[in-house]
Amino acid sequence: MGIFPFLVVAWIVVVGLYGIVTSRDLIHQIVCLIVVQSSTYVLLLGVGYVTGGAAPYFFDIPLHTKAVDPIVQALALTDVVVEAAVTALLLSFAVQAYKRFGTLDPLELTQFKG
Amino acid sequence: MTPRQRAWFFAVAAAGLVACYLWAFTGLPGFGNYPGPYGQEILRRAVGETHATGVVSTVNFLYRGFDTVGEEFILFAAAAGMSVLLRKLRAERETGPADEADSRTIPATSSAVRIPALLLVGPTVVIGWWLASHAQTNPSGGFQGGVILATAFILVYLSGEFFTFRKLSPVVLVDAVEALGAGGFAAVGLAAVVMNLPFLYNYLPLGQFPGAISSSGTIALISFFVGLEVAAAFVLIVGELLEQTLLRSA
Repeated sequence: MGIFPFLVVAWIVVVGLYGIVTSRDLIHQIVCLIVVQSSTYVLLLGVGYVTGGAAPYFFDIPLHTKAVDPIVQALALTDVVVEAAVTALLLSFAVQAYKRFGTLDPLELTQFKG
Repeated sequence: MTPRQRAWFFAVAAAGLVACYLWAFTGLPGFGNYPGPYGQEILRRAVGETHATGVVSTVNFLYRGFDTVGEEFILFAAAAGMSVLLRKLRAERETGPADEADSRTIPATSSAVRIPALLLVGPTVVIGWWLASHAQTNPSGGFQGGVILATAFILVYLSGEFFTFRKLSPVVLVDAVEALGAGGFAAVGLAAVVMNLPFLYNYLPLGQFPGAISSSGTIALISFFVGLEVAAAFVLIVGELLEQTLLRSA
């Protein structure tokens, strides 16, 4: 395995950024941002993995079984919720942009309008 | 800047990013050899200290509970921000659900969609509550359960129409539940301060043995409030977006 999980992270970030840069639609751009952000889940869970470790839930496994790091898992959970909140807010910005300018193409949304 | 220039600019920047990233790798411990002592220390003591077998929930709602309060209020602020951004503007009026193009005939929702969606509402509520109330034992918690609870309302929308969804989730009620959830979490934490203990200290009885539903003290209670807050926030967010389809600029 080695560094493979971390290469996947880099790949997801760059693919998502490419989408954001080349996108011609705000909704598509928001989805690309979600792709970029989902790289953090792979990174967090990859960093905290311990070879042979169980999930940190001791409901049906003996206490003190070797387990993966619980902190990064909690951080990933936080990450998901924040992503959902940010996405919702961005989508409402897109709705308002469309109402005001009649287009979702970021290249046409270049000037301010009072 | 033309799209072509942008693509070139991005290619250069991305190459730099990847180079720095790969360089940073060389200093990382290999996959599966995470040496951080913090997580292992928590694994060693969490179950004994809290009687909760779900250590991720313990981290979220106790050891790093302060972070989670902030996170919950991010969701709260995002839902509030959406309500403000998507309010009915002065130049807008709300129309009925009827389609405005007379020549277009809209097929009614098929029974193949409606009946399974309605059948799933009950089980979805049960699963959502089960998850929100088992943070202390299993891989679950208020965040996961809350989202699934909100799905039950979206199934109602899918099986009928927007007005049924809105009747089931009046904004005043959803707002109140959201405030109760967010405030409840903070209140559980502040109650500890009133008792002269640290903020979010686990002051409730821990229960008889680890893994019981009644175990874990404040962790289960906080998870319950988070479930309320998350479910209400998502119902509110979806409702706000759906309502946009009814608005016409006058």
